[in-house]
Amino acid sequence: MTTSLIGARVPRKEDYRFLTGAGQYTDDVALAGQTYAAFVRSPHAHANIRRVSTDKAKRAPGVIAVYTGADLAAAKVGGLPCGWLITDVKGQPMKEPPYPVLAQGKVRHVGERVAVVVAESAAQARDAAELVEVDYQPLPAVASAAKARSSGAIHEIAPDNVCYVWALGDKSAVDAAFAKAAHVTKLEFVNNRLIPNAIEPRAVNAVYSRADDSTTLYVASQNPHVERLLMTAFVLGLPENKVRVVAPDVGGGFGSKIYLYAEDVACTWAARQLARPVKWTADRSEAFLSDAHGRDHLTVAELALDKDGKFLAMRVRTTANLGAYLSTFASCIPTILYATLLAGQYTTPVIYCEVTAVFTNTTPVDAYRGAGRPEATYVVERLVETAAREMKVEPAELRRKNFIRQFPYQTPVALCYDTGNYEATLEAAMKIADVAGFKDRREQSLRRGKLRGLGYACYIEACGIAPSNVAGSLGARAGLYEAGEVRVHPTGTVTVFTGSHAHGQGHETTFAQVVADRLGLGMEQVDIVHGDTSKILFGMGTYGSRSIAVGGTAIVKALDKVIAKGKKIAAHLLEASEGDIEYDKGVFKVAGTDKKKTFGEVAFAAYVPHNYPLDKLEPGLNENAFYDPTNFTFPAGSYVCEVEVDRETGATQIVGFTAVDDFGRVINPMIVEGQVHGGLAQGIGQALTEGCAYDDTGQLITGSLADYCIPRANDLPLFKLDMRETPCTHNPLGVKGCGEAGAIGAPAAVMNAITDALGVKDVPMPATAQNVWRAMHRA
Amino acid sequence: MHAFQYHRPTSSKEAIGLAGQKAEGRYLAGGQSLVQAMKLRLSSPSDLIDLGTIKELAGVKVSGSAVEIGAMTRHAEVAASAEVKRAIPSLAAMAGMIGDRQVRHMGTIGGSLANNDPAADYPAAVLALNATVTTNKRKIGADQYFKGLYETALEPSELITAVSFQVPKRGAYMKFKNPASRFALVGVFVADFGSGNVRVGVTGAGPSAFRQTEMEKALSAKFAPEAVAAIKVKPDGLNNDLHASPEYRAHLITVMCKRAVEQALK
Amino acid sequence: MSVRVSMKVNGKPVSADIEERTLLVSFIRENLRLTGTHVGCDTAQCGACTVHLNGKAIKSCSIVAMQAEGADILTIEAVAHPDGTLHPMQAAFKENHGLQCGFCTPGMVMNALDFASSHPNPSEQEVRESLEGNLCRCTGYHNIVKSIMAGARAMAAAK
Repeated sequence: MTTSLIGARVPRKEDYRFLTGAGQYTDDVALAGQTYAAFVRSPHAHANIRRVSTDKAKRAPGVIAVYTGADLAAAKVGGLPCGWLITDVKGQPMKEPPYPVLAQGKVRHVGERVAVVVAESAAQARDAAELVEVDYQPLPAVASAAKARSSGAIHEIAPDNVCYVWALGDKSAVDAAFAKAAHVTKLEFVNNRLIPNAIEPRAVNAVYSRADDSTTLYVASQNPHVERLLMTAFVLGLPENKVRVVAPDVGGGFGSKIYLYAEDVACTWAARQLARPVKWTADRSEAFLSDAHGRDHLTVAELALDKDGKFLAMRVRTTANLGAYLSTFASCIPTILYATLLAGQYTTPVIYCEVTAVFTNTTPVDAYRGAGRPEATYVVERLVETAAREMKVEPAELRRKNFIRQFPYQTPVALCYDTGNYEATLEAAMKIADVAGFKDRREQSLRRGKLRGLGYACYIEACGIAPSNVAGSLGARAGLYEAGEVRVHPTGTVTVFTGSHAHGQGHETTFAQVVADRLGLGMEQVDIVHGDTSKILFGMGTYGSRSIAVGGTAIVKALDKVIAKGKKIAAHLLEASEGDIEYDKGVFKVAGTDKKKTFGEVAFAAYVPHNYPLDKLEPGLNENAFYDPTNFTFPAGSYVCEVEVDRETGATQIVGFTAVDDFGRVINPMIVEGQVHGGLAQGIGQALTEGCAYDDTGQLITGSLADYCIPRANDLPLFKLDMRETPCTHNPLGVKGCGEAGAIGAPAAVMNAITDALGVKDVPMPATAQNVWRAMHRA
Repeated sequence: MHAFQYHRPTSSKEAIGLAGQKAEGRYLAGGQSLVQAMKLRLSSPSDLIDLGTIKELAGVKVSGSAVEIGAMTRHAEVAASAEVKRAIPSLAAMAGMIGDRQVRHMGTIGGSLANNDPAADYPAAVLALNATVTTNKRKIGADQYFKGLYETALEPSELITAVSFQVPKRGAYMKFKNPASRFALVGVFVADFGSGNVRVGVTGAGPSAFRQTEMEKALSAKFAPEAVAAIKVKPDGLNNDLHASPEYRAHLITVMCKRAVEQALK
Repeated sequence: MSVRVSMKVNGKPVSADIEERTLLVSFIRENLRLTGTHVGCDTAQCGACTVHLNGKAIKSCSIVAMQAEGADILTIEAVAHPDGTLHPMQAAFKENHGLQCGFCTPGMVMNALDFASSHPNPSEQEVRESLEGNLCRCTGYHNIVKSIMAGARAMAAAK
């Protein structure tokens, strides 16, 4: 295979439209007869609803309709489903309380939807929403995971607010290993709750056509097919063939646009009642209250080591805050995507992790960039760094001593790593970060009144959750394959349809590189189409860094079918036997001769089959494939962070950040680096600036960007990046995925650096200036 | 945003006349705070009286001992003004730290002072530079102007027309930003007028900007960082929020004051 | 109640009857259907709505349309050459991969154009400070900073 486009820094095909204002995001879609929805949201974290009066709102100017929970109940609209069933330590299914689209007699978090107003303009809808009168009877609320079990029940089905207690690993073996350990390192910390804040707020525009009884939903979604499946099969009971979901340009997702949201359902249902398009676009304040949040773990973690620093065992107890309801994939994040990663890059022989997932009166929590894996990496890498300091061993040395070096490697927490080279990324990172020169830099900083620290994080992640049957046995209620279709046009250009969705990742370029490379075509001859259920045969969407590994492979499989059929056609045209046809750089050749047909000629013959083996072969050149991976992929890397802390104010500046990743084979290094930059920014954000805060009554304190700090340009450094490649062994491209790495590895690296600078065991995230100042004064 | 009536007077007189008739009306200067509050429906004036086209309200005038800035002068204009930079460089520098570039292109000194956000930057400068706030009715001294959280000495429909700052021998503003909003968590403006006359204005720390008299006394005796470095500010009455406790704010007042003095001496 | 507003947008005179409470950004997006200018927040932090008002970058979500009466407004749609060729700043964003999802991009470019007009060869630090009013969640700013530095130099060179 030619490799000219694989590994090439090809500028992005999608950039032109975004740079000229020609992108089409959901809110940009304007339809004839457009109406606008506004939601009435609960100001209480927990309250009974005695009465909802919509009379005044219905009489307000421009109002077309006002719907409440009672209307939806009367129409038998179902609740939002959860896509993953966790079975608890006693073999019982998790508690699955109903998740109504509009509140049914009770609200359980601030921002929960009580009613929806549809009006001729967005302002009129908003005006009328203020006129909906709701009589609330406030109830005691709980926001923190730590207090959930001792608070009043949020759902009848879960009197102690526990959704499940789940465990992984051999507890008795772990306890035995701890009993004989020479050293035990113990940490207790909170993995801070984050609010995703894609810059495009969520948006929906639903339209019903009486002509064919069909519904089209434009929605800012990461996975339109899953949205359609959940909405039709579980909530609205519509025939799937009558619903089209389009996720056009989407302005970032980071997990928050994976889920089926109540607003999507409410607008779709309303559009069908009114036979007019209904649009809703979240303002940022609503996004803070209604987009699924991420993280929020309270963890006690212990690492047992022998006297030489070999890891003997790890024991982890986590309480995970799920929020008020089970969001689409909430249940699998603090379990399947968390505990399974606790081996990290190390040979820890036995691990036990117990997770108690609780309901609280807060916005639901689900996957946010990394989803479980940042939390796991934080546990492992904070423990390892702390253990090294306690045992007075160089942190890098302790890691090296415990690295996994033989592959495949079966961890004690269910995963089997196919390949990796952890020493290579660590060595490269240390060199680039000039760890050797750190002591001098620390001295120089001290002379300027600054405390300097260095921290590592060696992360592992598992991408492309798979295979479907294994995921199914673990509770997944969906398959985890991907679909791709390659449509060769009569003139030899190609349109590829993928079930993966891009919302910033650049699939239109990366996937086109794969296709153009494999077919030997120019980039301009290949277009990638995604995000429309009416065009794409099926798709599981984009999350978990799965697109290239799973979606890309599905395309490759379809390409292979195209080439195979092309060989049959070429053999006929060239009067040769199929076995003698070779395909290279856009040309079908008879091996060892100069007889050839171009890809375009073969495509033309397929569609104008005058000289064609019609008795043996169908006309046309259009192939599709589904790919269900045989294993996860395991990207890994080593990060080195250097910080300077202002001794007087506690303000922390990242003065150096090196990331060396192993993503397997890289298709477009420019795009991959961009993914790492973005992940790092979010990981550094978690460590330094971002922390969702609720008060004791369940009011969200960080309800706007004026209080919740996502990093700005001046909060971040230029990153130093490099890559090492150990190709994935079980997909044809050798790719692993890169979307989440930065967010997974960065928090631990930053916090290891800050604790090093301060000489303290722990600082809570986010390490805001005030938190660091407090830690300095405690120390 | 709730509905309102919009007015575009072409003179101060017309603006004041309109404001007198509209009890629930508000002057609209740059709109960088007011429009935001209206969008969130936290403020719902019946009428907006846009001052944007009143030419007499904008501009910078420098006399020997004072810099007068028209109420509708944008922050970016103050930051870039060669005259302000020459006369009171610390004031130009402060204006360049407000909000962000885009906000500075719209936001005005009059709007900022009329609003009196507890974390706005200008109030610290007004106090430290012993400014006089000129309105259509009177001149209000800096020490009489700030009355509390979003409260000023302004009466209903009274319009700020200009603010006159005294030119110090040296001065500097140090701002510790709220990481999210970029307003001042604590901002300290230090101005040394010579002959033992030093004024210290603090913003962000309390319900309204205030002078730090203990530091003024220490700096009047000796204008040097070490004069204030050991002063422990009492946290009582200081703001308490997610980003900073009263204790942390108290601590930051000392650190920012010390650094402002260092900067002023450069 | 509706009022008449008139201004010049991208060189063309436009006017419309609008509700007085119409924000400039709503006027641009909804009345003029120029949807390249985006709204990402409601507290003036994100800068996705940045346009030029009389040549200066401002946040179009933070003023009502009436405040722009008679003004000259430039939006992202009119930045490229009429033949479609990208402006040097836009081209720099493309070459340096200074955008991912594209949602913050118009605001970034509009702010950068204004900034670069007075900073022909900005330092990394100056560029970072110039972005105080623009948020990006995708790029970590790394490539945006590089894009603006390169774009500013290209603009200066083209003068």
